[in-house]
Amino acid sequence: MQSIRKWVQAIWIFLINGYWAFPFTGNMYQGPLKVICSPGLNCYSCPAATTYCPLGSLQQLLGGIRYSLQSGQYYIGTFVVGWMGILGATFGRFICGWACPFGLFQELLHKIPSKKYSIPKAFNWGKYLFLLFFVIILPLVIVDQFGLGAPWFCKYICPAGTLEAGIPMVLLMPDLRSTLGMLYVNKIMILLGFTIWSVFASRPFCRTTCPLGAFYALFNRFSLIQLQLDEDACTNCKACHEVCPVEIRFNETPGSNECINCMKCASDACRFDAIHLAIAGHRLGTAKKKPTIVPT
Amino acid sequence: MKDKNKIQKIPFILIGFFLALWMIGLAVGEPTRVLEQAKSICLSCIGIG
Repeated sequence: MQSIRKWVQAIWIFLINGYWAFPFTGNMYQGPLKVICSPGLNCYSCPAATTYCPLGSLQQLLGGIRYSLQSGQYYIGTFVVGWMGILGATFGRFICGWACPFGLFQELLHKIPSKKYSIPKAFNWGKYLFLLFFVIILPLVIVDQFGLGAPWFCKYICPAGTLEAGIPMVLLMPDLRSTLGMLYVNKIMILLGFTIWSVFASRPFCRTTCPLGAFYALFNRFSLIQLQLDEDACTNCKACHEVCPVEIRFNETPGSNECINCMKCASDACRFDAIHLAIAGHRLGTAKKKPTIVPT
Repeated sequence: MKDKNKIQKIPFILIGFFLALWMIGLAVGEPTRVLEQAKSICLSCIGIG
């Protein structure tokens, strides 16, 4: 199952970053596919990006909301939030575990042999604060002399944007190099910080900072496709606790907001078939027979 | 005891709600704006400018 997941992650990277002519054209993809929402965090200023980033787009729309309304256009983000909500309500955080390029980047870094550390649970709240303040409130409230807000999360935080767009664009367009300043240095330092942190802890950005993960997390308990626990089959052996990359105890908190639905617990840990996929509450596939204990 | 065969309605309600939002966005022409944004390099988004 985990090798299938790696393949799915790789396919998603190529689907949403499918414009490989950029080294020859010297520019990014500008075709009509960019009206499609990328499910995972993938910067639309990446030269290969073929879809738009929901977070970037939402911040831009909220930042320009005054201008839009004054000019009689009702661009208030319903199209983007609609996309995000449909994805979230259908898949929950399966997207984080199966379709996010920056998630895969962190997973690969975590494979580098080193001592591994856990992340304090309190840090998990950080992503909700980033969603609320950096994606919604600050772009809406703090505006320049023209009434335009900035995309705060993209501008000051997003390490995925730096990795996928900031660095490649500077390499691709030498003219941009003269405009680099402290903002760029700040973003490189944040990327570097998360890169190093990912070696020692599992998916630190997803767990502490990602506003898109925070949005999808709100749906984890209610999404159409879910990982479910069969309480009758669970023996509370705690094997699922050991393998979880985001350190949740699945059998104690099924549907946890933190679960990225990577299914490692179902495929690599649970011997009792207690964790399974469900669509609208209906189990996918049939339950295996529960192992019986034979008295000796 | 929990009825295991019961279809969960909440996901469908949520999908319907967000589909309605999406369609409102479509009706007011928001995709054009989204496409405009996505086609241009957002320099401040990538830490430049």
